[in-house]
Amino acid sequence: MSGRWSWFNITSVVIGFAFLYIPIVLLVIYSFNESRLVTVWAGFSTKWYVEMLGNEGLMDAAWVTIRVALAAATVATVLGTLAAIALVRHTRFFGRTLFTGMVYAPLVMPEVITGLSLLLLFVSIDMDRGFWTVTLAHITFSMCFVAVVVQSRLVSFDMALEEAAQDLGCTPMQAFVKVTLPVIFPAVLAGWMLAFTLSLDDLVIASFTSGPGATTLPMKIYSQVRLGVTPEINAVSTILIGLVAIGVITATLVNKRRMVADARAAAAR
Amino acid sequence: MKSLGNVRRSFAPWADSSARPYIAFENVTKRFDDFTAVDDLTLHVFEREFFSLLGPSGCGKTTLLRMLAGFEEPTAGDIFLDGQPLKNVPPHRRPVNMMFQSYALFPHLTVADNVAFGLKQEGMARGEIAERVGRMLKLVRLEQFASRKPHQLSGGQRQRVALARSIAKRPKLLLLDEPLGALDKKLREQTQFELMDLQEELGLTFMIVTHDQEEAMTMSDRIAVMDAGVVRQVGTPAEIYEAPSSRYVADFIGNVNTFEGRVTAIENGMADMAASDGFAIRTHAGAHGRSGAHAYFAIRPEKIEVTRQRPDQEHNAVEGEVWDIAYLGGLTVFNVKLDSGTIVKATVLNTERGVEDPIGYEERVWLSFTPDCGLLLEN
Repeated sequence: MSGRWSWFNITSVVIGFAFLYIPIVLLVIYSFNESRLVTVWAGFSTKWYVEMLGNEGLMDAAWVTIRVALAAATVATVLGTLAAIALVRHTRFFGRTLFTGMVYAPLVMPEVITGLSLLLLFVSIDMDRGFWTVTLAHITFSMCFVAVVVQSRLVSFDMALEEAAQDLGCTPMQAFVKVTLPVIFPAVLAGWMLAFTLSLDDLVIASFTSGPGATTLPMKIYSQVRLGVTPEINAVSTILIGLVAIGVITATLVNKRRMVADARAAAAR
Repeated sequence: MKSLGNVRRSFAPWADSSARPYIAFENVTKRFDDFTAVDDLTLHVFEREFFSLLGPSGCGKTTLLRMLAGFEEPTAGDIFLDGQPLKNVPPHRRPVNMMFQSYALFPHLTVADNVAFGLKQEGMARGEIAERVGRMLKLVRLEQFASRKPHQLSGGQRQRVALARSIAKRPKLLLLDEPLGALDKKLREQTQFELMDLQEELGLTFMIVTHDQEEAMTMSDRIAVMDAGVVRQVGTPAEIYEAPSSRYVADFIGNVNTFEGRVTAIENGMADMAASDGFAIRTHAGAHGRSGAHAYFAIRPEKIEVTRQRPDQEHNAVEGEVWDIAYLGGLTVFNVKLDSGTIVKATVLNTERGVEDPIGYEERVWLSFTPDCGLLLEN
């Protein structure tokens, strides 16, 4: 492949990125708008950020969202990883194909149905809707994603590694903690981040399963937008985008630094 | 009787009937669902022995090794290590270490941490671990690679890390599963001798699985040739090569020509056999020679002489046409087609730099051998 840029390539890239990022860029720009009217530019200002910080409803919702996402992602990662291990390791148990299918099914299940069925469950067991029901619901649907991510890593995991650990004196549990877990950790972490993001931006399932005092940020934004978009919402969204971007960039840099270190060590050979 | 081959060292505990075996498989059977990997197998290995399990893939040799390491439990029968039954002893409690075919190096740990893994698990003191790891890395000549990760090493270096890790705990028994399979030929040969030196130096018992007969011949005190879950023959490399007990073993180790025929007479321990290829064979009757019996005569290519003139002997000579010549440098392989259509392989050592008037393609030649050179086999 030649490294030269043809006009065709440049045009493709520009159109592609424009399509992806123009809406986001617009949102970020308008979050610094002086005017209350979202679509009319009236000069640069950060006042909506200040206002946003003073908006207790918004701040509460953000705090609820983060707590839900942290709890849900963590529990979903543990359960999803265990499910992945069971499905990969025990290749002979009865009904394995059925189980595998059942783990994947929620991935394609319409969210409305997941939300509705969870709501019915919580009502029928007479559970008060609030923080814990939202968290449980998020664990339910995000653990499938974790299972899929971890499973794909485990499939290529050399079982001889665990045997080697046992051979060198580890119990099966120690072998898992000292060898398997560190080796598959990037996949587990990726699963956690995926679950965290999914929980962060879920609107439908949260709407079904949440109750008084447990309004998540997407719910809050959605309800406010129905009354008209305010630049405040733009400011919140910009901060969310910023947080996600920082996370992604940090992860990439950490990976890259490790790669550079490895390459250097290899070159020094 | 003549001694078979050179003796590497005077070490033969298997010949001493009072010696206690270090490893004993007693009537061991292992089934996976309806596949029998190991079938009622009994095998004894002695302390400080370099023992090879040799056979084609799927013959049960790796299963045998894995049962010794504790990764598989026998379906029936018992395994004893130094007199102790191994039944229900989990892998981490067995005084055995294994070097894996894939090396199974821990990718997230450095070379030094890989080697130290078993020692840390044992609860050895820090200083002692560092000292032991240093010694192990020196032994495999990887001192300057201590802080590398496995993926920064070459295949040969990884293999040496795996070796260092498996002997770091000073196991009395080291199991090696196709340890040299991933190395190229030169490196493999070099490593074979290193392994032999190491085994002698540390006084360990080595049990190695391989499908490479040359490797087994080079390194082993004794070899067990396996086939479909059973041991076909156990013996020193020379015994296996020069006195195979069956056509299977003869065929598996090295090249062999077999002639089918009927034993016509037995006299003074010598058997006369009429080969179906139309010539008379006279050889030692051995254990399998019975008058009138259908038998096979096996002879190695290097024990056959190739001449233009008819040799001055009544038996053990047959005429044919040179079909193929392969010059391999040190020796030349002649494929000679007998009048019956059978192709016979004969190798000639090239002891001089040039030959005047060498034997060429499509020439009529005589193949001959002495009565000592071949072996009568029943099947």
